Amino acid sequence: MSEAAVRIGRPSWSIRRAAGVAVLLAALAAVPSFANNYYLEVLSEAWFYVLLCLGLNIVVGFAGLLDLGYAAFFAVGAYTAGIVTLRLGLSFWLSLPISVAMASIAGVVIGGPTLRLRSDYLAIVTLGFGEMVRISVRNLAVTGGASGLVGIKRPSIFGYHLDSIGAYYYIFLLLAVLGVAGSHRLENSRIGRAWKYVRSDEDAARAMGINHAMVKLAAYILGAIFAAIGGCFYAAKMTAISPETFSFNQSLLILLGVVLGGRGKIPGVILGALVIVIFPELFRDIGSMRMLVFAISLLLIMLFRPAGIWPEKWR
Amino acid sequence: MPLYEVLLQQFANGLILGSFYALVALGYSMVYGVIKLLNFAHGDLYMVGAFAGFGALSLLSGWLGGGWGGIVPAMLFSMLAVGVLGVIIDRVAYRPLREAPKLSVLITALAVSMLLENVALAFTGGQYTAFTTSLGFAGINFGLVHVTWTQMVLVGTSVVLMVVLELFVSGTRHGKAMRAIAIDQDACRLMGIDVDRTIALTFLIGSALAAAAGVLAGVYYGSINFFMGFLIGLKAFTAAVIGGIGSIPGAMMGGILLGLLEAFGTQIPGIGSEWKDVFVFAFLILFLVFRPTGLLGRPEVERM
Repeated sequence: MSEAAVRIGRPSWSIRRAAGVAVLLAALAAVPSFANNYYLEVLSEAWFYVLLCLGLNIVVGFAGLLDLGYAAFFAVGAYTAGIVTLRLGLSFWLSLPISVAMASIAGVVIGGPTLRLRSDYLAIVTLGFGEMVRISVRNLAVTGGASGLVGIKRPSIFGYHLDSIGAYYYIFLLLAVLGVAGSHRLENSRIGRAWKYVRSDEDAARAMGINHAMVKLAAYILGAIFAAIGGCFYAAKMTAISPETFSFNQSLLILLGVVLGGRGKIPGVILGALVIVIFPELFRDIGSMRMLVFAISLLLIMLFRPAGIWPEKWR
Repeated sequence: MPLYEVLLQQFANGLILGSFYALVALGYSMVYGVIKLLNFAHGDLYMVGAFAGFGALSLLSGWLGGGWGGIVPAMLFSMLAVGVLGVIIDRVAYRPLREAPKLSVLITALAVSMLLENVALAFTGGQYTAFTTSLGFAGINFGLVHVTWTQMVLVGTSVVLMVVLELFVSGTRHGKAMRAIAIDQDACRLMGIDVDRTIALTFLIGSALAAAAGVLAGVYYGSINFFMGFLIGLKAFTAAVIGGIGSIPGAMMGGILLGLLEAFGTQIPGIGSEWKDVFVFAFLILFLVFRPTGLLGRPEVERM
């Protein structure tokens, strides 16, 4: 087992490290027993952004493609859940596979035509795509127009109705943990290595027989699936969704999380996601100025630590 | 209104819109051509330009009046101020990252854009500011279509600025240096061209043009806000890509084409004004798929 891990270049887990993770998870799982609703609310949001940032990290960090319309995939998940439960009257749990399928289609639609483009073109096309999705959900009848979908029913599991903040704390914590585990597995898989190869030198990667278009498309689709699953549970937690949640600023915020922490490095991305959620909470007093402070910090980080706070080591 | 008059009206609207897009697209295209940077803050310079012009006009209108006599000096002031701001942004935010990975620079540009927007937000409180001028609605009638003198002067000013720019870039030493840097920066350094200064000049001119567009748009629409740069930045980039990024005549053509497309697009049954942006972006994506180099761009191979 450990020999296999060494052979494919994955650092083998020491007992100490496994114990550390177990203690950390146990501590996080114990939080609802003593924290008040405010902390649970903020932390649920933090876990939710960990999931989104990890998804975007597949595209931006692993594959090196700048995506400025990531909120569109989050919108696909949230609206799929809303439409499946409200308009079609089906179970919430059915919306998970449906939104994964929808997100994969969206990933192919946006990825397919643009993958041959230069990287900056890709940035602007993804931005345009994000805006197209937002404008479409604002103008279509099935998505409830500008006011969005209201009264999405919260799901039950094993007879337990998921309607407390504590329940969503656990759901988003679980999603974040699954996201970390999934990202870790992907990073060290065949396709993860292909992503990094394409990122550092696309031409060399192609010369070595890597199908660069398929590899990039896979990054888009997998990133989209993370956001779509997150979006489903977001819709369930909020019970109401509206188009402006999925604006360009949302895409920007998720991107900031990835970049601030250190794109391509899972602990860095988790740190970045926590920063983007907790930082504005700490600076609630300065109100609208907090985005200004945020912009300045981002600028300073890019100037002095261009690879992020906790950057990836290049091996 | 008969169909041809509707079309004529939309043609006039499209031309005005297109000349704003073209002015902003020029700055995008110049900066991209010279240092291969997608300057996300460019649309926000247009917004800052509108506010600088508004501020100058408020001060000057008591003395020079709120007509063209006040607007032209206000516009020149705004162009100068925003041009200098563009140079400062380049110096502080972009120059230290010239050799950094492309993604870091793009994100820095996003940060600058956020910064400008939030500074403007802090100053205006997010309210729309009325950009009042004493220009009337006098003009010429073509049948039922009324085109005001203001509209004609706006398009005329844009055309003059574009022609001056084209003459500058194709005819002067500095313009030649810009074109040379676009081809090979290192070779330029060896040939004794001051690369950093030429890049600063590019930012100065590009930002000044965006500011001019901002002031003209303020005059035309009569109101400005902190968020006005976002969408136009996006569309001006689309225009630059359609024209062929890095090409000055291309940016002008792309801007006008996009303005006309948007104006006529609203007339197509089933599209309407709420869908026009979707229409524009869909057009961009199709354009990039079938002709990624744009109308006048040269094919370029990235990083070989």
